[in-house]
Amino acid sequence: MNDKKSIINKLSKLLPDGQLLYRLEDLKPYECDALSAYQAVPLAVAIPDNIEQLKSILSLCYENNIPVVARGAGTGLSGGALPHKDGVLLSLAKFNKIITIDSKNHTAVVQPGVRNLAISEAVKELGLYYAPDPSSQIACSIGGNVAENAGGVHCLKYGLTVHNIIKLKVLTMDGDELTIGCDALDSPGYDLLALLTGSEGMLAIITEITVKLLPIPAVAKVMLASFDDIAVAGQAVSDVIAQGIIPAGLELMDNAAIKAADDFVHAGYPHDAAAILLCEIDGSVEEVNDQLRLAEKILKQSGATKIQIAKDEEQRAQFWAGRKAAFPAVGRLSPDYYCMDGTIPRHQISNVLKRISELSAEYKQTVVNVFHAGDGNLHPLILFDANNDGELERTEELGGKILDFCVEVGGTITGEHGVGIEKINQMCGQFNSDEITQFHSIKIAFDEKQLLNPGKNIPTLQRCAEFGAMHVHHGNLPHPELERF
Amino acid sequence: MSNDISNNLLKQISIAFNDKTPLRISAGNSKTFYGNHVNAQAINTLEHKGITEYQPSELVVTVRSGTLLSELESELKANKQMLAFEPPQHSEETTIGGIVACGLSGPRRAACGSVRDFVLGTTIINGRAEKCRFGGQVMKNVAGYDAARLMVGAQGTLGVLLDISLKILPVNESEISLKINTELSHAIKNLQQWTQQGLPVTASCFFKNTLYLRLGSTHSAVKQSLNTINNNFDTEEIDEAFWLSIKNQTHDFFTNANLWRCSHQMATRFYGDTDKQLLEWNGALRWINSEKDLYATADKHNGHAQRYPLTNSDETTDIFQPLQPGVLKIHKRLKQAFDPENILNPGRLYADL
Repeated sequence: MNDKKSIINKLSKLLPDGQLLYRLEDLKPYECDALSAYQAVPLAVAIPDNIEQLKSILSLCYENNIPVVARGAGTGLSGGALPHKDGVLLSLAKFNKIITIDSKNHTAVVQPGVRNLAISEAVKELGLYYAPDPSSQIACSIGGNVAENAGGVHCLKYGLTVHNIIKLKVLTMDGDELTIGCDALDSPGYDLLALLTGSEGMLAIITEITVKLLPIPAVAKVMLASFDDIAVAGQAVSDVIAQGIIPAGLELMDNAAIKAADDFVHAGYPHDAAAILLCEIDGSVEEVNDQLRLAEKILKQSGATKIQIAKDEEQRAQFWAGRKAAFPAVGRLSPDYYCMDGTIPRHQISNVLKRISELSAEYKQTVVNVFHAGDGNLHPLILFDANNDGELERTEELGGKILDFCVEVGGTITGEHGVGIEKINQMCGQFNSDEITQFHSIKIAFDEKQLLNPGKNIPTLQRCAEFGAMHVHHGNLPHPELERF
Repeated sequence: MSNDISNNLLKQISIAFNDKTPLRISAGNSKTFYGNHVNAQAINTLEHKGITEYQPSELVVTVRSGTLLSELESELKANKQMLAFEPPQHSEETTIGGIVACGLSGPRRAACGSVRDFVLGTTIINGRAEKCRFGGQVMKNVAGYDAARLMVGAQGTLGVLLDISLKILPVNESEISLKINTELSHAIKNLQQWTQQGLPVTASCFFKNTLYLRLGSTHSAVKQSLNTINNNFDTEEIDEAFWLSIKNQTHDFFTNANLWRCSHQMATRFYGDTDKQLLEWNGALRWINSEKDLYATADKHNGHAQRYPLTNSDETTDIFQPLQPGVLKIHKRLKQAFDPENILNPGRLYADL
């Protein structure tokens, strides 16, 4: 390992004053992303503002074997941008320009530091918008969205980030500047665009993104359906989709979430309901009217006790305000909460909610449920107090058990927040050793020295063996072929 | 019919890996025209067939790769659902594995997305004879690298497809097909305007001064859209079978000897003799009859070209658009990562892969 001083000295020659941080007090704000349970102070924070600076930083790190962790707005929920203590944290915040907007082809070329919502705001007057809308969209950067394959409430109808970008420019660690994807609707060769999307900064540094823009739907209407049993609400989700309706958003909140959100923003939610569904339909006037009528009928048949259709745009915004404020609202209930992100087949919603409730009782910890029901993407929020000894560890254990159950019923440990550092142990339960080895070889194909975001996303087999030894499932040791430590 | 021959396939690949014997992957042989000829021992997946999981309310189907496309589509149709990327069926033996491996999408692509947009998970056997499952059966899944979608269009060079989970969509309550006599530039301009207005255009084609259009949504939305178009144009309703001739490439235009498939942005300006072109995907896909090589021209217009059908017998020439050197380098490393002995369809996609 090179002497810290000498590296900082070399870096300082590449960047003007103020774009390289290395004093502890300057580094502290960067010690974590939105998953504050994990913290590390990096060797330095580099904040380049042009591609030449970026290239020279990567080249210096490559030559000196210094790890590089890319960071957008730091809103990630899985510790993907957690710094490496011996590495450079590469902030792309200054790459914040919208380069071009193409109104004829419905695309925009943007730099990675542009905020998600800023894209939609910039193209609004053209009648266009960028569809993926993670709840942090006011702050999160598009580069981070690509790195995490971010979702949001409209994924069921409009897809994830991977469905809404068409081209990337990236820099590899060994200095190649690559154009991935194409302006056309397909591109020759392997689908590297899909591979890079959601790769959590492990394969390359994104320098430019071409996003797809969609026409703003003529109408969007939302209905609020109340249920006196959360299992019935879970089943109603499947019933709506089975009848051929693809809602623009279909969200479920349990009683604790309803009360917390309503107390916080006065969304007009029924406090006595066991669960509510928010069902949004968008499209042309005729299409929305047809489907809204049908959805209302299905929800009634499925056992909704009350259905309210937002009477105007103001009430629609009010219904959504409760959902969008649900996380901070739950934050008022407890000193800390832990947000999980498992995704399951929709028909398993009731079953998994029941299991979560059992685990909640067993661990004597409250779990609040608010999630993207249409996608089967759960966000159980486990309440805890990090100041109490061992409570974070117990919470992580409880969260781990919820994720194990998601995998058991045919789901996945993460739908949209990413693996990062947070769910790295659960990767061992979802993938076998051949699959994990294959993932490592993909990493090496892009980053032979393994300098980009080391230690994240894909666990080592040794880590899985150690983790597996702690969590023997039904008496079956995962990776029995490996030595135990 | 349901049949699992994954163990048998695994055994064949294991032997090939140990012996370093290249394999030519095939199933229904309907895509022999699409890619370089692979001179190697055959491994056939046609008997690995059957729908293994399908609950219509999940909007997901999991299917073995050798399943006939026709069987899968008829099962979905019985439940008023569809493969929204509208894959081409080049013969009765076309399998879903071949469609995914070649990454082929049809007329509905511009409206709904391509085959890769609908792939949720794949189980493969890689070149080390290891069975690996990537992605899953749920709508959202960001655990690990997206190696599931990486298989789409890789033509088997990274792994033999065993099982595929696909997102499916409900069929539209109503669809109508029509034709309009107009010029090419007008047609494209109007298509741009209609999509901007949110008209439910589910397919478009332009050929010989005629714009062919398909609208699909709820009954009343289709009716309203048709009224909008009728306000400005004389339209004539046509049989929806027209789209089969485009999707399956049985239309006369596809018999041209020097056919090129050029993929572009929708609003890219036209080049070449427009009388010798058939356009799809609102102008983003252009079939051009050209004696001249179109790689450079397509590249100049930020698109890409390929010969079609790919009947090139010269195995030393790449027949898809050449890749940027840095991108090719990553391709070679990925090939090495999945298939270190280079036994899976070597050279089918590009000479060195």
